[in-house]
Amino acid sequence: MLAALARRTIAGVGVIVGVVTLTFCLLRLAPGDPARWLVGPAATGAELAAQRHQLGLDRPIATQYAAWLARAARGDWGTSIATGRPVSELLAGAWPATACLVGLSLVVSYLLGLLLGAIQAARCGSRLDTALSVVSVTLFALPGYWLGLMLVTLLSYRLPVFPAFGAAAVGSEHLAGWDRRVDQLRHLALPLATLTLIGIGGAARFFRGALLDARGQPFVTTARAKGLSPARVLMHHMLRNALTPALILLGLSLPTLFSGAVFVEAVFAWPGVGRVLVEAVQARDYPVVTAATTISATLVVAGNLLADAAAAYVDPRIRAERATA
Amino acid sequence: MSRLLADRRGAFGVFVLALAALLAIAAPLVTSGAPAAQRDVVGTRFLPPLATDRYHVFHPFGTDRFGRDVWTRVVYGARISLTVSGLAVLLSLVVGVAVGATAGYAAGGMSVLLLGLTDFALALPRVVLLLLIGALWPPSATVVVLVLGLTGWMTIARLVHGEVRALAARPFVEGAAALGAGRSRILWRHIIPNALTPVIVAAALGIGNAVLLEAGLSFLGLGVQPPTPSWGNIMASGRDTLVNAPWVAATPGIALALVVVACTLLGDAVRDVYYGEEGRGKGEG
Repeated sequence: MLAALARRTIAGVGVIVGVVTLTFCLLRLAPGDPARWLVGPAATGAELAAQRHQLGLDRPIATQYAAWLARAARGDWGTSIATGRPVSELLAGAWPATACLVGLSLVVSYLLGLLLGAIQAARCGSRLDTALSVVSVTLFALPGYWLGLMLVTLLSYRLPVFPAFGAAAVGSEHLAGWDRRVDQLRHLALPLATLTLIGIGGAARFFRGALLDARGQPFVTTARAKGLSPARVLMHHMLRNALTPALILLGLSLPTLFSGAVFVEAVFAWPGVGRVLVEAVQARDYPVVTAATTISATLVVAGNLLADAAAAYVDPRIRAERATA
Repeated sequence: MSRLLADRRGAFGVFVLALAALLAIAAPLVTSGAPAAQRDVVGTRFLPPLATDRYHVFHPFGTDRFGRDVWTRVVYGARISLTVSGLAVLLSLVVGVAVGATAGYAAGGMSVLLLGLTDFALALPRVVLLLLIGALWPPSATVVVLVLGLTGWMTIARLVHGEVRALAARPFVEGAAALGAGRSRILWRHIIPNALTPVIVAAALGIGNAVLLEAGLSFLGLGVQPPTPSWGNIMASGRDTLVNAPWVAATPGIALALVVVACTLLGDAVRDVYYGEEGRGKGEG
């Protein structure tokens, strides 16, 4: 079991290194030059060359890569070319906002999706099941940024209930403890609702399928034959068995959620990693892009690993399979 | 096909996709003119849906801030969005089938190498790559097709690999070999045609996904560039006029959601019809 996990970890590190290398090469191979941004269009060739030399962009890619890796390993992620601030400071300020948004929406959409999926599986084939299927497929198909825009139109402009963008009101740092919390929650409402609504669609579709799969299994027939109530069969026998694929899906849905967060953050001007990434990409801010990509790749790989480990923890069958494999 | 249409989801999916394709092809016939046409910006801008302007032109979905007809732009946008997504999925299919079939039928090192490559590509964060490439190269429809196509082939490769492995052990393959067919002939004429059903499901889902991602890229300004209309950039321009003209952003979103729902339902229906009781949709009606 531990050996299997170690193998997976090594493969995961390989993927992260691959992503970082790929990003590094793509950035340098693409047309466009960050030095040009800094010196402006009127600069002479000599000024541009001096700026390129100062940023180290005139050295071979392999040398730049080795130098970057060596510094990154020591915790020095470089300085943002566009803003002049240390990259680590930029990202340290951004990741809690993304983690809060993505984490909360993951939990809420999973719970609501499980509820919907369980109702559908229990009433499979009924009108209610069909209606809920239509709802979940539609939610699954909506682009996050569009849903966000529509929620803003309805709940910020038509009915001014929630603020349309940002994570805190201007001057909210002067508010007292409780008012400040309320202000933060009001700003969180729309981005969270957007990400969660989209997540519910996928989760409900998945849980309905997983529960229906479990329904046909012999152990469910046995449980029924023993005279257990349908509710007990659902809660204690079917759900428990649907938990393993659910945990694995949780890991697999991390990248989707992260990408959803990129668009939702762009719409709501939410100060997270996604927005930092979009802005840095547009400004060709190499150090920031490389660091943000590394972090997102690490999150994705770590999410998959954690999900696998959790699945093995709750399901002894997986442990047995791994031990013999 | 008739079994597919007997399924309500399949019928809905086929109907919506056929309608969208038909409208896109017949765009000049079903709209009031060129998508960039502006007649009199002050007199015709921000007209609400179902309004008729002073030139007696009817606007079913209103006009945007330049007085351009939203319906016309969405229909012309469908041309771009559907073509880009369709070509991207086609590219994914070609790469995915080639890699999957080779990995499934070739032995030893080649197979391991290709499977490793597939797993690696599957673990890459797709949206981050899309953002990077979309931003680094000058944005255009070609770049979007290449990027979406080259980041979407992995699931198809895996499916094809599994199918090919299973089919290669079947008696008809042995029969073909006994008749003297070469390895490549067996693969292309006997195995791959039999491995295509799951590929169709994956492709249907892939088109929905590609439509979403194309719109996302164009929404962020990294895809198809205005004034050429695409669903993503119409939504992006509608974002600035949400307060006085929410219909500009709403209309392409509804069109997009309809197409993606149609792809998803069609994929579900194909899976259930061809796999029947073995599939995931066990016990569904």
